[in-house]
Amino acid sequence: MSHFSPPLSDITFVLEHVVGYPDIARLPGYEHADLETVVELLDQCGEFMAEVVAPTNRTGDLVGARWQSDGSVLTPPGFADAYHQYVDAGWGALPLPEEFGGGGFPRTIGLIVQELMTSANMAFALCPLLTQGAIEALVHYGSAKQQQLFLPKMVTGEWTGTMNLTEPQAGSDVGALTTRAVQRDDGSYALSGQKIFITFGEHDMAEQIIHLVLARTPGSPAGTKGISCFIVPKFLMNDDGTLGEQNGVSALSIEHKLGIHGAPTCVLSYDDATGYLIGDENMGMQIMFVMMNSARLSVGMQGLAVAERAYQQSLAYAQERRQGLAIGAASPDSAIIEFPDVRRMLMTQKAHIAALRRMMLLNAAHFDHSTHDPDPVSRARAEEIVGLLTPICKSFGTDLGDELTSLALQIHGGMGYIEETGVAQHLRDARIAPIYEGTNGIQAADLVGRKLSVRGGASATEFLAGMREIIAELAAAGDAFTSIRVQLDQHLASLETATEWMLRTGRADPNAMLAGSGPYLRMWGLCLGGWLMARSALAGPATGDAAFAETQLVLARFYAEQLLPECTALLGAATAGADDLFELDADQLADVSKRLVG
Amino acid sequence: MKIIVLVKQVPDTYGERKLNATTGILDRAASEPIIDEISERALEVALRYRDSHKGTEVVLLGMGPASVTAALRKALALGADSAVHVLDDALAGADMGYTAAVLAAATIHTGYDLVIAGNESTDGRGGVIPSMIAEHLQRPSLTFLDSLDILDERVSGVRRTETGTVDAHAALPAIVSITELAPDVRFPNFKGILSAKKKPLTVLALADLGLDTAALSSRGHSIIAKTEQRPSRTAGTKVADDGNAGVDLADFLAARHLI
Repeated sequence: MSHFSPPLSDITFVLEHVVGYPDIARLPGYEHADLETVVELLDQCGEFMAEVVAPTNRTGDLVGARWQSDGSVLTPPGFADAYHQYVDAGWGALPLPEEFGGGGFPRTIGLIVQELMTSANMAFALCPLLTQGAIEALVHYGSAKQQQLFLPKMVTGEWTGTMNLTEPQAGSDVGALTTRAVQRDDGSYALSGQKIFITFGEHDMAEQIIHLVLARTPGSPAGTKGISCFIVPKFLMNDDGTLGEQNGVSALSIEHKLGIHGAPTCVLSYDDATGYLIGDENMGMQIMFVMMNSARLSVGMQGLAVAERAYQQSLAYAQERRQGLAIGAASPDSAIIEFPDVRRMLMTQKAHIAALRRMMLLNAAHFDHSTHDPDPVSRARAEEIVGLLTPICKSFGTDLGDELTSLALQIHGGMGYIEETGVAQHLRDARIAPIYEGTNGIQAADLVGRKLSVRGGASATEFLAGMREIIAELAAAGDAFTSIRVQLDQHLASLETATEWMLRTGRADPNAMLAGSGPYLRMWGLCLGGWLMARSALAGPATGDAAFAETQLVLARFYAEQLLPECTALLGAATAGADDLFELDADQLADVSKRLVG
Repeated sequence: MKIIVLVKQVPDTYGERKLNATTGILDRAASEPIIDEISERALEVALRYRDSHKGTEVVLLGMGPASVTAALRKALALGADSAVHVLDDALAGADMGYTAAVLAAATIHTGYDLVIAGNESTDGRGGVIPSMIAEHLQRPSLTFLDSLDILDERVSGVRRTETGTVDAHAALPAIVSITELAPDVRFPNFKGILSAKKKPLTVLALADLGLDTAALSSRGHSIIAKTEQRPSRTAGTKVADDGNAGVDLADFLAARHLI
């Protein structure tokens, strides 16, 4: 089993010097969350995740969640005990509202807690993640009575939450769902239907599960406009707040899947289950959108978090595994870390991971400004930036989650491909993240379709102009920063060109815009990464730690010279339009010549 | 019920531990200071009792230099109610007799129904401080307990011996020490970490306890007369094999009466 070492020096540096956390701690309502306090908390949190949660990761993968014939689901050995300790330690409650028992800390800090927990055990961390989504929906749209009844125990984590959207015929097209909700005389609703892919839909870690379920009421409009959102508790609640009899919801099975074996992915059957409407009928999508930005950022973070864990394992292996003789080495053999090919894989992981962490925390920092900045203009602008950055963080973060965990496995060679080293788990676990919470294709469509068009493109171009300001700073910083400046300048220009193309093309030829959206989103990710790494390099000396400052400079330079150029290489794909994608029909996409012969 | 838990700050057992070659006392700068794990277990025993007995007060008592404050704050984050730190330059290098006298005075100063300590620290490993404090206080001591039951008027516990176990019990107030079979300490709750900063932490000097170094010294205490660096390792003997190595090796060992 690999050890997990919480990357707290990098996190602390990013908070203080890269994403402007001290400004967040000055926002009204966050005065208690000063940097010194949060660093102390995160230190303890990291220790908890490393010592209590991380040791459950491998068992979770090997044993997995197990469905029992009575419909109950057993989580892997150690999960329930670790979860109870997690509830006692209260880490989930840290960023939640104080009026329901939370700590009232910024989202930025909550995201770091999620990162640490996800690195420790992604499958385990999904349970609190989904619970937090359900909490946010109730905080924004629940009635006072619903909030009082459900939130306090969800905030502590004593009760967990789920999100029930998907049905067999309704995946990316959530509007196609058919679960029905019929109002009863007492005002509650009777829900019937089947939901699939419900993460932690049934488990043994908590006494109560609060399902948030999307369903249609009779006569509702077609598509997403006719969806309502309901609270369906696993156990009905007695008037005195105690748990009553089992509700009409049951787990028919759990899925066998590539990764996150410890997280039960349930098929849930609703059979005349009692549900309570949140807000009004047909408001379901609006309620879901509340959590969308937040959940998508959290999923982007999963790519980062699992990549970090895999990286640590590959770095340890590269120092331990001895094969062949490196150039200039004298001993009988060399650790594989001495070979340039392995160094490249380590540096690529390290630089991308650092850039992703900065991107995620920058997004979260803007989120905190969007909710707590006293200036309405700043709040509105921060919200625009969150909207812009979220699909990039989700998509780029999770694509890199795959690529970087694959590099970590590659460093292990054949030892990584067999399951014994455990490094394959990270690759398998990370693979879901580009799929769920809106596929990465949908994220790219969201970026070019919804986010780019904000204020006729001004939101995005203003952000690009802000990134450009660093060019002058780099020019003033001395020769060591020259290549970073030259590279950033060049590739930002490519991103600007692509952005102009998207804005010009989009209205007339939306299919062409969608065709280039994936590569275009990646261009954004790379430029954001290069820009944030450059900011880190400029800020490095402020730490007073020469070795740390050098690390930031070298990582920024490596990123700018060796990773960022992919941005300009993508310009062609981003602006090629849809023609060639559709030029071949399905027969031609198949092996046509073979068909002719047959 | 007022429970005092003795908290000792020690050098991290996972790091290198050094003594100052001139004074012979601990070089605190040479390693990371941590709360002794056995002190944490003692605290856990107290906290578990408090979890099920409202009105219980858990007070930490530590002695040592300024860095001990951090250890006490960390222990407060775990749930103790308040802390007492005996801090006085005159205590540098205090021996066990000296330490026990000071801790006993601080215990009386603080007031207590029960004192819980670890059986022995990971650095000094004397294992006698709890008994010595009990002597000063003229109270019963139950030491090296694998398990502990705290009742309203008395405590009882089980101690292992070479041949079996001893069921020990005593009336309160009393001093007890627990072994590493006591439960692991819990992880701090984030609210505990936040509230630890606001919990009372009293710093006392010897004078506050009505003690002075002259009086303590007059009772006799150990003095470091001389320190000597451990001799560095010398190179071993190499037996080159020119066909006779087996015999050479046997001769070498026989000459030292090892075979």
